[in-house]
Amino acid sequence: MSNQPIFALNQVKKVYDGRTVLNLAELTVHRGEILALVGPSGAGKSTLLRLLNFLEPASRGTVRFDGEMVTADLDLAQRRRVTTVFQRPLLLQRSVRANLRYGPGLRGQKLPPAVEDEWLERLGLMPLADQAAPKLSAGEAQRVALARALVTQPDVLLLDEPTANLDPSNVRIIESIIEAENQRSGMTVVLVTHNIFQARRIAHRTALLWAGELIEVAETEQFFNRPVREETAAFVRGDTVY
Amino acid sequence: MQTLLDAFLNAFQLLTSGDPELLAIVGLTLRVTGIALLLALLLGLPVGALLGLMGRFPGGGCVIPLIYTGMGLPPVVVGLFVYLLLSNQGPLGELDWLFTPSAMVLAQMIIAWPLVVGLTLTAVQSHDPLLPLQLRSLGATRWQLARTMLLESKLGVFAAIVAAFGSIISEVGAVMLVGGNIRGETRVLTTAIVLETRKGQFALAIALGIILLLLSLLANLALYRLQQRGAPR
Amino acid sequence: MLKKFWWGLVVGTAVLLLAACGPDEPEVLRLATTTSTEDSGLLEVILPDFEEQYNAQVDVVAVGTGAAIQLGEAGDADVILVHARSREDAFVADGHGTERWDVMYNDFILVGPADDPAGVQGMALAADALAAIAESESTFASRGDDSGTHSKERSLWEAAGLPTDPEVDWYKSLGQGMGDTLRFADESGAYTITDRGTFLSQQDSLPNLAIMVGGNSIDENGDLSLYNPYGVIPVNPDKGDINNELANSFAEWLTSVDVQAMIAEYGIDTYGQPLFYPDSQAWRDQ
Repeated sequence: MSNQPIFALNQVKKVYDGRTVLNLAELTVHRGEILALVGPSGAGKSTLLRLLNFLEPASRGTVRFDGEMVTADLDLAQRRRVTTVFQRPLLLQRSVRANLRYGPGLRGQKLPPAVEDEWLERLGLMPLADQAAPKLSAGEAQRVALARALVTQPDVLLLDEPTANLDPSNVRIIESIIEAENQRSGMTVVLVTHNIFQARRIAHRTALLWAGELIEVAETEQFFNRPVREETAAFVRGDTVY
Repeated sequence: MQTLLDAFLNAFQLLTSGDPELLAIVGLTLRVTGIALLLALLLGLPVGALLGLMGRFPGGGCVIPLIYTGMGLPPVVVGLFVYLLLSNQGPLGELDWLFTPSAMVLAQMIIAWPLVVGLTLTAVQSHDPLLPLQLRSLGATRWQLARTMLLESKLGVFAAIVAAFGSIISEVGAVMLVGGNIRGETRVLTTAIVLETRKGQFALAIALGIILLLLSLLANLALYRLQQRGAPR
Repeated sequence: MLKKFWWGLVVGTAVLLLAACGPDEPEVLRLATTTSTEDSGLLEVILPDFEEQYNAQVDVVAVGTGAAIQLGEAGDADVILVHARSREDAFVADGHGTERWDVMYNDFILVGPADDPAGVQGMALAADALAAIAESESTFASRGDDSGTHSKERSLWEAAGLPTDPEVDWYKSLGQGMGDTLRFADESGAYTITDRGTFLSQQDSLPNLAIMVGGNSIDENGDLSLYNPYGVIPVNPDKGDINNELANSFAEWLTSVDVQAMIAEYGIDTYGQPLFYPDSQAWRDQ
């Protein structure tokens, strides 16, 4: 494995209707890390995830993925190395199993039954395997969404507030799976969260975004205990009203 | 009262008699409408899915109202358009399609197409706007995305098929104009009904109407079964 | 306040009702006739005179001759004005109508593609021309709708000693109106039988059609079988709910010398020849 960062962003700007929503001088995502993005609503966190998942192009600047410049005609195989789990599970109106098979199906692959069962088991979904997705509870559905993303064996997993609507036990299950998978396969994780405690619990590094700009990015321990910037200190103290 | 009673008896007799002329009319009706519907679906479902997925795009504010307007196009106007297109003086006169089943298929397809596109795009748009992003994020190409969105919009797509079928099998203005209602060549159920009505053969006209309704009912039953089979358990 | 409003409403409604059913309300006459009469524009010109004289309102239902006769049989019309002599006589004989009055006539002609593949242009008799068309298997467009024109066409085939409504490739039975059939003939290079009036009024949009049999006016038409008489028949009041009195007045008015003179004038301005020729008893007797 090379040592170059999995993502390197340089002078990246995203403009919607003349309004700049993201303006990053520089940001790198290290291979194999869990990076948490925190910040108030409208800070540009979700926009950044869309850029990282190649769902939208940057208005200006360069994004490099695994050393390769990201352009409109980035290889499909490269694109498929990154996937996102959103705040809402966004399941297909099919059975739980069919949802799991969707990603491999797009790649013309068949999910081996043993692997499928293993994932269902790990996420506590085995009893629900043949249920229709619309009948699941919020926590169950989000676990299916996570499993559906993980069976594609992504090199980068992007998470956009994946536990915002869930109860503590489901939050715990999802966090532990993310951590375990990160350790097992070295999958890189970029986690957008409102919950600074979640960042503290599982992220290696944490970054604060504010009004589209990167205020500070540091080792999580340092970010929370010895922040460099006054804004970060205020944010982690909870002084910031947003 | 007498006429209505006669009509039902007549319809029954016609159906059981296996009259070859009637069978030919029913056959042509199904063939023309079936092919037109199939073509409208082939050309309409992908366009509907893509328009539904595009959301905001340059000119979109213009295209979608146009499609919706097309859903209400008077069939006679479509017929007239196709007529002028295929007439000897028209740009496609060389095809020699006027007064043939091909012209009828073309007209019915043009009537059905905006219905298919409009209802499909509405169905596709009715999903969570993040769903297409999620699917692309899972690795779907543009076509895979369109296909998945159509499958996810099964109910809407069925509504589109049913609406399109209903509008063209019952349509008379356009097929009369471009088909010419020629006995044994381009006469379908609706034009036969108009003819019998004009001739004052009201009982026969109603009988043909009943047969048309029965055909429509059968087709819709088949579609409904298909839809039930495809529904998530 | 509210009471006043209700009174106002009641009085207003009563006034409107009275106005609607008052003695000045015109009587309604239901006239079932053929599309050719309606399409010629003749009725629009002459009917106002009747409506004024008799304080009546004429509701015109323009359909094929078959349907017009059917409307009379069902008692859904007070009077019919059609052109299919044998069926008109049967209508009266069967007791559906009280009496048939001669009204007017015009004539049928045979039209066809200018290149005339059957070589019939200039023939005197339509039956001979039809025989030649059948012989050469040239395309022929038939109204095929049981209309007066269709009845006439059938009798011409019979006169030629040929089967009517043959199921062969060159014989196209359309089941459509005269205008539609002429359009079809123009597009497909087919022959067809038409009344002269409709052909004259649509000739401009039929560039490929020319008159084959019947000449350029009724005076040049050498075939008596192409003669096309119109009759008016009041519907038998036995059917109930029939305004027989007004229907009789209509028949009398339509056959009166004054109205017959209006018919004789109609169309000369536009086509250089009348579309109909007056032929009532009163007109012939004057």
